[in-house]
Amino acid sequence: MSQIHVTTSINGDATEFLCEAEDTLLDVLRDRLGMTGSKEGCGTGDCGACSVTVDGRLVCSCLMLGAEAEGREVTTIEGMATGDRLHPLQEKFIEMAALQCGICTPGILVAAKSLLEKNPDPSEEEVRYWLAGNLCRCTGYDKIIRAVMDTAADLRRAS
Amino acid sequence: MRYEAPQSVEAAVDLLAGAEGAFVLAGGTDLLVKLRSEMLEPDLVVDIKRIAGMKEITPEDGGWRIGAAVSGAEMGEHAGLVADWPGVVEAAGLIGSTQVQGRATLAGNLCNASPAADSVPAMVAANATVRIVGPQGTRDIAVIDVPESPGKTTLAPGEFIASVFLPAKPKQGGDAYLRFIPRTEMDIAVVGCGVSLVLDSAGKVTSARVSLGAVGPKVMLVEAAAEAILGRALDDSALEDLAAACSAAASPIEDKRGTVDFRRHVAGVLARRAAEIAATRAKGETA
Ligand SMILES: Cc1cc2nc3c(=O)[nH]c(=O)nc-3n(C[C@H](O)[C@H](O)[C@H](O)COP(=O)(O)OP(=O)(O)OC[C@H]3O[C@@H](n4cnc5c(N)ncnc54)[C@H](O)[C@@H]3O)c2cc1C
Ligand code: FES
Ligand code: FES
Repeated sequence: MSQIHVTTSINGDATEFLCEAEDTLLDVLRDRLGMTGSKEGCGTGDCGACSVTVDGRLVCSCLMLGAEAEGREVTTIEGMATGDRLHPLQEKFIEMAALQCGICTPGILVAAKSLLEKNPDPSEEEVRYWLAGNLCRCTGYDKIIRAVMDTAADLRRAS
Repeated sequence: MRYEAPQSVEAAVDLLAGAEGAFVLAGGTDLLVKLRSEMLEPDLVVDIKRIAGMKEITPEDGGWRIGAAVSGAEMGEHAGLVADWPGVVEAAGLIGSTQVQGRATLAGNLCNASPAADSVPAMVAANATVRIVGPQGTRDIAVIDVPESPGKTTLAPGEFIASVFLPAKPKQGGDAYLRFIPRTEMDIAVVGCGVSLVLDSAGKVTSARVSLGAVGPKVMLVEAAAEAILGRALDDSALEDLAAACSAAASPIEDKRGTVDFRRHVAGVLARRAAEIAATRAKGETA
């Protein structure tokens, strides 16, 4: 079977790739484009470690085919920092030790960024519900939630 | 496997009718899981998201036509839909996480044909219909007539759902959907219940539709429950009768997530609570 040729935008860069019809967007990112920031925790939509945005919408890249990315705008964890400058969420996660093994962290950062773009002033309950599809086996979530709330407060003060 | 993303309904029907083992791809939140686990090995996947109109919510006859590729998140952001059918929007909003919401559709939830699908009882209570397109043309059927048995629908080969239609919200009408899950998020309904009702100016029920999910092989419309509250104000005794009718209608299985008795009981409790929310909404108050 011939491969599918896909033209898309990833983190603002025009990107082309070839993939099999069965390949998920996560397979493409990791195995064809070498962008291994997005993680595969489950491959079934449960853990959120593969979170990316597509046309601004937060999705699991393990539940989307690579071929579906044709003409879309994809953003991944690799697009979060600007050059060497970390995103405020990334800085806060380090400062507040909101990660241990780190496998959930890229997905949580992508998801949290997407929340703050939509809602700059979320309540704790809103943050917890928004991130309910991002599982973490290490931290117990508390530091993660506090880091997101703290970043939101910083960003509001700065704007 | 082949992947196609046709741009017209006709092209999609031709593709689906022309291949054995062809599957529609909407949000993919069920289909991709099954692909991964090799529960399904399709020859062809037809992505319907590039077909014109599939991503639109449009007013029609006082109600709303929702394209088959509209996601739960998009429904939740649509003020008109939220105002008219909050129960249906909330039911769709219960499906999975934020990430799953970004892709999951009503028609996908319906055609996956899980007895526990959350949006289905809410659509049944709302008396929603679907527009089916296929080799024989277009037909409209009630949502309740789509599921046949767990994992199976009544759709013929080559057919797919192009849109879901929610009728005009009745004046002084309101709807609600509640489910019971052992956790607070990300779980499959042990029982789900949808209620849609209309009140007269004295607060008496003039019409009602009550549905249950996850307590039988497919969604059920509980006519005895609607009859139990018809013509009555929703006082304690009316709600008690409503709950009893739902408990009696439920024919659940027993598994580690709940015994038969527990599920029957919860069916009644949820019906009662959903009816109270629907009635509050029917009075124009928020709930
Ligand atoms: C982590 C996770 C959590 C979930 N939680 C819930 C939950 O709480 N409640 C719940 O009810 N569900 C849940 N689901 C299941 C799933 O998300 C829903 O059933 C969803 O609505 C499916 O919609 P979709 O558009 O993604 O369907 P798809 O996966 O695209 O399709 C599902 C099935 O329907 C067929 N199909 C899709 N669209 C059409 C159409 N227009 N016409 C004909 N056939 C069609 C497909 O061929 C496939 O067989 C969950 C799934 C995941 C991964
Ligand atoms: S890898 Fe996609 S949700 Fe777990
Ligand atoms: S830090 Fe290890 S899973 Fe979250």
